[in-house]
Amino acid sequence: MTGNLLSLAIWLPVVAGLVVLATGGDKNAPVARWLALIGALASFLVTIPLYTGFDSYHGGMQFEELKPWIEALNINYHLGVDGLSMFFVILNSFTTLMVVLAGWQVIEKRVAQYMAAFLIMSGLINGAFAALDAILFYVFFEAMLIPMYLIIGVWGGPRRVYASVKFFLYTLLGSLLTLVAFIYLYYQSGGSFDIASYHRLPLTMAAQTLLLVAFFFAFAVKVPMWPVHTWLPDAHVEAPTGGSMVLAAITLKLGAYGFLRFALPIAPDASREYAWVFVALSLVAVVYIGMVALVQTDMKKLVAYSSISHMGFVTLGFFMFGGVAGKELNAWAVEGALVQMISHGFVSAAMFFCIGVMYDRVHSRKIADYGGVANKMPIFAAFMMLFAMANSGLPATSGFAGEFMVVLGAVQVNFWYAVAAATTLIFGAAYTLWMYKRVIFGDVANENVAELKDVNAREFLVLAILAVAVLGMGLYPKPFTDVMHQSVNDLIWHVSQSKLPQLP
Amino acid sequence: MDMKSIYLLIPLAPLAGALISGLLGWVIGRRAAHCVTIAGVATAFGLSAYVLNYLLNGGAPFNGTVYTWLTVNGVDLNVGFLVDNLTAMMMCVVTFVSLMVHIYTIGYMHEDPGYQRFFSYISLFTFSMLMLVMSNNFVQLFFGWEAVGLVSYLLIGFWFKRPTATFANLKAFLVNRVGDFGFLLGIGLVLAHFGTLDYAEVFAKLPELQNATISIIPGTSWSLMTVTCILLFIGAMGKSAQFPLHVWLPDSMEGPTPISALIHAATMVTAGIFMVSRMSPMFELSETALNFVLVIGAITALFMGFLGIIQNDIKRVVAYSTLSQLGYMTVALGASAYSVAVFHLMTHAFFKALLFLAAGSVIMGMHHDQDIRNMGGLRKYMPITWITSLIGSLALIGTPFLSGFYSKDSIILAVEASKLPGAGFAYFAVIAGVFVTAFYSFRMYFLVFHGKEQWMQKKDDHHVHGHDDHDHHHGLGPNDKPHESPWVVTLPLALLAIPSLLIGAYAIGPMLAGDFFKNVIFVNHEAHGAMEVVAEHAHDWVHMGLHSFMTLPFWLALGGVVAAYVFYMVNPAIPAAFDRFFTSIGIKKLMEEKYYMDHLYINVFAAGGRALGTLLWKVGDTLLIDGLVVNGSAKLVGLFASLTRRLQSGYIYHYAFAMILGALLLLTIWLGGVLQVQ
Repeated sequence: MTGNLLSLAIWLPVVAGLVVLATGGDKNAPVARWLALIGALASFLVTIPLYTGFDSYHGGMQFEELKPWIEALNINYHLGVDGLSMFFVILNSFTTLMVVLAGWQVIEKRVAQYMAAFLIMSGLINGAFAALDAILFYVFFEAMLIPMYLIIGVWGGPRRVYASVKFFLYTLLGSLLTLVAFIYLYYQSGGSFDIASYHRLPLTMAAQTLLLVAFFFAFAVKVPMWPVHTWLPDAHVEAPTGGSMVLAAITLKLGAYGFLRFALPIAPDASREYAWVFVALSLVAVVYIGMVALVQTDMKKLVAYSSISHMGFVTLGFFMFGGVAGKELNAWAVEGALVQMISHGFVSAAMFFCIGVMYDRVHSRKIADYGGVANKMPIFAAFMMLFAMANSGLPATSGFAGEFMVVLGAVQVNFWYAVAAATTLIFGAAYTLWMYKRVIFGDVANENVAELKDVNAREFLVLAILAVAVLGMGLYPKPFTDVMHQSVNDLIWHVSQSKLPQLP
Repeated sequence: MDMKSIYLLIPLAPLAGALISGLLGWVIGRRAAHCVTIAGVATAFGLSAYVLNYLLNGGAPFNGTVYTWLTVNGVDLNVGFLVDNLTAMMMCVVTFVSLMVHIYTIGYMHEDPGYQRFFSYISLFTFSMLMLVMSNNFVQLFFGWEAVGLVSYLLIGFWFKRPTATFANLKAFLVNRVGDFGFLLGIGLVLAHFGTLDYAEVFAKLPELQNATISIIPGTSWSLMTVTCILLFIGAMGKSAQFPLHVWLPDSMEGPTPISALIHAATMVTAGIFMVSRMSPMFELSETALNFVLVIGAITALFMGFLGIIQNDIKRVVAYSTLSQLGYMTVALGASAYSVAVFHLMTHAFFKALLFLAAGSVIMGMHHDQDIRNMGGLRKYMPITWITSLIGSLALIGTPFLSGFYSKDSIILAVEASKLPGAGFAYFAVIAGVFVTAFYSFRMYFLVFHGKEQWMQKKDDHHVHGHDDHDHHHGLGPNDKPHESPWVVTLPLALLAIPSLLIGAYAIGPMLAGDFFKNVIFVNHEAHGAMEVVAEHAHDWVHMGLHSFMTLPFWLALGGVVAAYVFYMVNPAIPAAFDRFFTSIGIKKLMEEKYYMDHLYINVFAAGGRALGTLLWKVGDTLLIDGLVVNGSAKLVGLFASLTRRLQSGYIYHYAFAMILGALLLLTIWLGGVLQVQ
């Protein structure tokens, strides 16, 4: 069974989604919900052995599966995870479980379709993280857009059509270039779509640069990096709570993961050459977006901008070349970025869930429509305090570890990178806690707030699980980083080697 | 039980109390909540005292890891304890004051609906502060550093319905974050150049790196030690409220009085002083950094003291006094008299906690009226509060033989002996500060406890709304008289009065002249000789006390008390005249506006940040990126599509025409090619 663990992680939620879909109309909604919960739980449980069975002394691919798929084109069904990708399969399945719980009573129309969309998407995302064949990756990467498009377009807010089309086109246009890149690599490598073979392929600087540009457009949009980020706030604002949770917690990570799996190892020389561009854009994201987040009047937009800012740390960490002659990636920064990715998965999901809890009651996301929520929802206020603090990067929450590591790495490379990055201590706290103050503190602001009821058992469960995750990872991040070391070290070594063709 | 378990139990006992009271407070009720938290803190205090005793009797200091938090690139970041004399002393101070505050809170908060929550927070604070002082590395230090900041934030905003409280707590957190910004970069430099964040390992590498330079701006060369120490000190400036990051502390008085005593006077705000003392081997290597520390401390000591004079809110007087005293400690750090700074930290913790708690007792007696102009003659009604306040005030102004005297005089001696360029200014500041301290302290003391019973007249007027009320009563009613507080309030006052009187005389010998801080605090005596001068005086507390009657500080302090008496008890026309004079030359306004520092932060930095954010959002995101590029290209596609749509007209002759045109074009190109070849 362990031989097919990854296939299980991909297809179990897809099958579960199809089963849920088969329950049909809303008269069977309770059945759909329970089936979805069972499916999501089972899908999460099957990913646990990925961690427990992981050999952290081995940097290469594990749980590999290889079967021919389209033999004529040498496309294979090739799966595997290493220390860079393994956590995201688990995190994704975990988030899906949270989403099913989060949408339990909130979604009243087309329940089966809603749950099914998330389950199927979960499987597809797992596929993207586990794929070792470029075409397989591309298929999962693109297919995933469809359920998300539907989630925003069907269960979204009033401007859902604009948001979903913007989301779809933005991300689709970007990733089309990746397909071109893959086809180019296919011919260069003599007819292979094996990602590992691309890693070994010598490429001229010109080729590497073009490839990097192609990957940039695909993955920078997904992350999203400044200035291709404007789809995210719109998508979040219109998406239902569950959609925002997955979007922030997982799909953004897919973009960052793309840099790690494709851009850096396939085009290391170009990455090194143009690292300053990535660093500059990342720092702009941290500072510029931090300020933009400060003045948002819509809670979801605020948290969306905060996500962009936090993801800036991830891309910053990935392109931090230092060491001898600036050839080596900085291990602190890379691992910090990975930790930040996982942590942001918990924290952003929690923040969006918190906003969802309030939205379900008041039907507004405007900060101005709230005030004094703590008077009526003390338990909720306490949880949200924790997540707000995690979003501000308070030590002992997961939000701290990643940012701390990236800043520590940045100081080693360039002091001013660290100065710009560390402003997040101020901006992050300012926009998060200022929002918290206006929403949660104060006297009861209006009748809507006066009628609020504190969290119910289901909401409490979701909040508590996320709180445990945030605190657990903050107090003891070592289990997370220990399994990354070998893969990160391999990556650093690989990227430090030039791939320019040797002149005879 | 081995020592490591004891060290573990000390922070975990208050944490357990905090968790039980916080998570289960609604089940177990108020009484159980205060019992369990007090039990936790009492355990911590008992064990801390045991540890101090153990170390004083030759027990070995402890430096060990509890668990490894993270490993990156072969570097372990640990959670671990370093327990030596400095730590043990801090642990005792923290847990003792915390215990007093816990007991006091039973009386002070007994009507508050958030009773259990309050106990949970102050126990959580005690845990965080212990983690901070017990740390053996920078990571855990930073954890404690931010965790005490969090609890401070929660407690300043404890009465979260009040706009002033939630403004103050956000301000406190953000200003502290500005300090932490520097602190984090300092830690980053330590890791980058020392390859470790463990104190002992860092200090061991100092000799090889003491002359290292880094180029912060390409082409320039900076001393690594100077940059690192100044960055770390910026953290201390936030936490210990040094100019210009002091602005949060006066506003933090929005929190309930017990936490003003515990957090904003005795313990958290001294974390910066503690940190610099801990890092003494590093700071000793940079004259520039020490000079920076010295000047910042001197500015804070004097100029914050001035503001204490014009405050009429009882808590704010004590708050500015705290700022000024923190300045004194910082000055001592700058003069390389780290042990003096820590010594003053300790004495100050007792007498300032006492003064705050006494102020709280007065506030309760006055039914939550905090304006000292409405008080007067309270000594008759609140005898214990009166006596203990007098002790605290006398200790604060440096009355010979009281605790504050020994620590403050040692600071003055140290600054006098310092040879740093800023020492002249610093000496002036601390000497002038003595008069100022005595004046504002006894202004408050006389107005509160002596003179006319102003509240008799005030009764018929409307009641001034105090800050520290519980929203439903403020000021004395028509038939009320001030009343002494219950024993849970007065007992901590009495217990804090004892060390305020005695601890200076008792501890000065071992701490400043003896070897209490041997192997803990490092001073380069050749370069910085201040400590040796202090030690000469400190070895004999009797002589030091007697000698002081012939020195300037004593007479300045006496002058301050006499001036306050004359001004506020004998002839109120004098301060009124001064008031008119200072108003006419604009200084009164400058002081009322607190040197316009709040204006600077609120109107320039905060408003500027928001304006820039709006600009970037509206212009950068909405107009340029979305409007021009994204929707622009969408429109462009639309435009293109509408053009091409027109081409697909469906008329066969259109298509035929296009086909012929195309064929002609190709033919031309082909012919052109052919002709060229020929």
